[in-house]
Amino acid sequence: MSPSMIRILVTLGALAMVGLGLALPWLKTPAIFVLSYGLAALGVVVMLRGGQISFGHAMYACIAGYTVAFIQRAHPETDGVVLVIAGVAAATVAGGLIGVFVVRYRAIFFGMLNLALSMVLFSLLAKLYEFSGGTDGLRISRPPLAGVTLERDGFESVLLVASVAIAMFLGWLVQRYFRSAAGEALAGVKTNEARLEYLGLSAQRVLWFGYVISAALVGMSGALFALVQGLVTPEMGYWLRSGEFVFIAILGGSVHAFGAFLGAVLFELIKLTAAAYLTGVWQMLLGITLIAVILVAPTGIAGLLRMGTRPTEAHR
Amino acid sequence: MTFDLLLLALADGFSYAGLLFLVALGLTLIFGVMGIVNVAHGSFYAFGGYTAATIALWLVERQAPTFVLLGGLLVAAVVVGVILGTAVEAGLLRRVQDKDPILQLLVTFAAFMIFEDLQRLIWGAQPQTAAEIVDRLGNVELFDVTYTVYQVILIPAVAAIAYLLLRGFLRRTRIGKQIVAVTHSREVATALGINARRIGWLTFLIGAVLGALGGALAAPITSLVPGVGTDMIVLSFSVVATAGLGQITGALITALMIGVARSIAVYTMPELEVVVPYLIMVVVLLIRPSGLFTVAQARRI
Repeated sequence: MSPSMIRILVTLGALAMVGLGLALPWLKTPAIFVLSYGLAALGVVVMLRGGQISFGHAMYACIAGYTVAFIQRAHPETDGVVLVIAGVAAATVAGGLIGVFVVRYRAIFFGMLNLALSMVLFSLLAKLYEFSGGTDGLRISRPPLAGVTLERDGFESVLLVASVAIAMFLGWLVQRYFRSAAGEALAGVKTNEARLEYLGLSAQRVLWFGYVISAALVGMSGALFALVQGLVTPEMGYWLRSGEFVFIAILGGSVHAFGAFLGAVLFELIKLTAAAYLTGVWQMLLGITLIAVILVAPTGIAGLLRMGTRPTEAHR
Repeated sequence: MTFDLLLLALADGFSYAGLLFLVALGLTLIFGVMGIVNVAHGSFYAFGGYTAATIALWLVERQAPTFVLLGGLLVAAVVVGVILGTAVEAGLLRRVQDKDPILQLLVTFAAFMIFEDLQRLIWGAQPQTAAEIVDRLGNVELFDVTYTVYQVILIPAVAAIAYLLLRGFLRRTRIGKQIVAVTHSREVATALGINARRIGWLTFLIGAVLGALGGALAAPITSLVPGVGTDMIVLSFSVVATAGLGQITGALITALMIGVARSIAVYTMPELEVVVPYLIMVVVLLIRPSGLFTVAQARRI
C-alpha cells in the first residue's frame, strides 16, 4: 500500500470517527476509548518493533491518569490541556527512569519486569487509601478546556475532535520515527542486536529511546482516558489492561503505526459484541481471536493490508 | 515480632514455598525444553485445584477414608495435567513453534484467557475448597504452637519428593537424559537421534502435572476463586526468573526465599504482602540480570 493511499485512508477514518461521533452522541465515549486504547497499543507497538513485549505498560496510563487526578485535587481550576500535558510529562519521566533499568533485559525478562513494576504500582495505589483513594480511585471533574468551560456534551465533542487530531499527529510522528535512523536501529535490536553493536550503536540506548517514546504514548492514552471517564482507579494499571494493549497491538500489527488504531477499532467491536451477546466469555473470545490472528495473520491487520511495504520495496 | 509469630510465619512460609516450588518446577522444566514461558501454567494450577476440590467433595460425601482423599488429589493433578497439557502442547504450541518467540508466548497467554473463562463457566465464581482433608490429618505441636499436619508436613514432603524424583529421573533414566540433552541443544539432540518432539510433549506433560499438583495440594488450604491462576503464574514466574530460567535446584531455594519472605510480610506488614515477591525479583535482577543461579550463555552473532 502506498503512503498516499494510507494517508487517504487515515483521513477518511478520522472523518468517519468525528462524523459518527457528532451524529450519534452515544458513540462519542466509545470513540474516545478506541483512540485512547489505540494510542496505548501504539506504545506497545513501538516496543514490538524492537522485538520486546511488555506486560506492564498500563502502568504509564495509570501514572498519567493519577497525575491528572492529583493535580486537579490540588488545583481544582487547572485547565484540561495543562492536565493532559502534565500527565504525559509524568509518564515520560517515569518511562525514562524505569527505562534505564529495564532496557538491560530482553524477551520474557523484559516483559515480566514491566509486569512486576506495574503490579507494585497497582498494589500501592490500591492499598494507600489516604493518598490515592484506594480501590475506589479518584474522581476527576470536568475541567475547562483551553479556558472554556463546557457542558458534558460539548466537552465530549471537543475531546473527541482533539483525540482524533492527537492520534493522527502521533501516528504520523511514530511512523516517521520508524523510518528514521533511530527507528530502523530499534528494528535492528529485534533482528540482531550484536550486529547493531558492531555498527557502533548502543542497543540499550536505542531501546531506551524507544521505551521513553512508548511510555509517553501510553501516558497520553491514560490522560485522555482519565478525562473522558472522569475517574481513575488502580485497575488502569492492572496487568489485564496491559494484556489488552498487547492484544490490540498484535491484532493491529506492528508493520505500520496506524495498525494500532485499526486493532483498537476491532477490539472495541469484539467488546461490544461480547457485551451484547456473549457476557461472561469475554476473555475467551479475546483468547480465541488472538490465537486466530497469530495462526492466520501474524503480522496483524496492518500486515494483511500490506501497510508496511512500499510499492518499491515489494519487489525485493 | 515475637518468637512465636516468627515460628508461625516460618511454618506458613515453608508450606507455601512447597506449593510455589511445585508450580515453579513445572514452569522452569517446560521452559528448559520448549524455550517458552508458558503463561497457561497458571490455568493448570487453577484447574488442578478446582478439580481436586470437586473430587474431594464427592469422596467426602461417600465417607471415603483419608488416604483415598489424598489419592483423589493426586488423580486430579494427573488428569488435569495430561488433558490440559496435551491440549496446549499438541493443539497450539506445535503449530507456532517456528514463529517469533513473542507470538509463542502470546499463544500461551491466549490459552490462559480461554481457560480463565472456561473455569468460571464450569465452577462459577463461588469460592471452593476441600478443607475436610486438613481436619482429618489433625494437628501437630512444635514449640507450643499448633500447626496442621497437612501444612507443615504433607506439603513440604510432597514438594521434596517431587524434587528428588525429578532430579533422579533427569540424571539416571534414559528419557530423563534425553530431556536434559534437548534442553542443552535441540538441534544436536535431534541429530543424535532423539525424538525432540516426543520429548517436548513428555516434558510438557510432566510440567503440567506438577502445576496441577500444586493446585490440587492448595485446594484444601485455600479458597479457590477466579483469579487464583493469575496470581500463581505471576508469583511462580518471579520464582523462576529470580532463580534463573531452567534452574531446578535454584527454583527450590528461591521458592523458599520468596515463600518465607511473603509470609513474614503477611504477619508484619500485611499491606505489602502482594508486593514482596516482585520486590525480591526486581532487586535480584538488578544485581544479577539473568537470575541467581544461571550459567553464562554464548552470544549469537
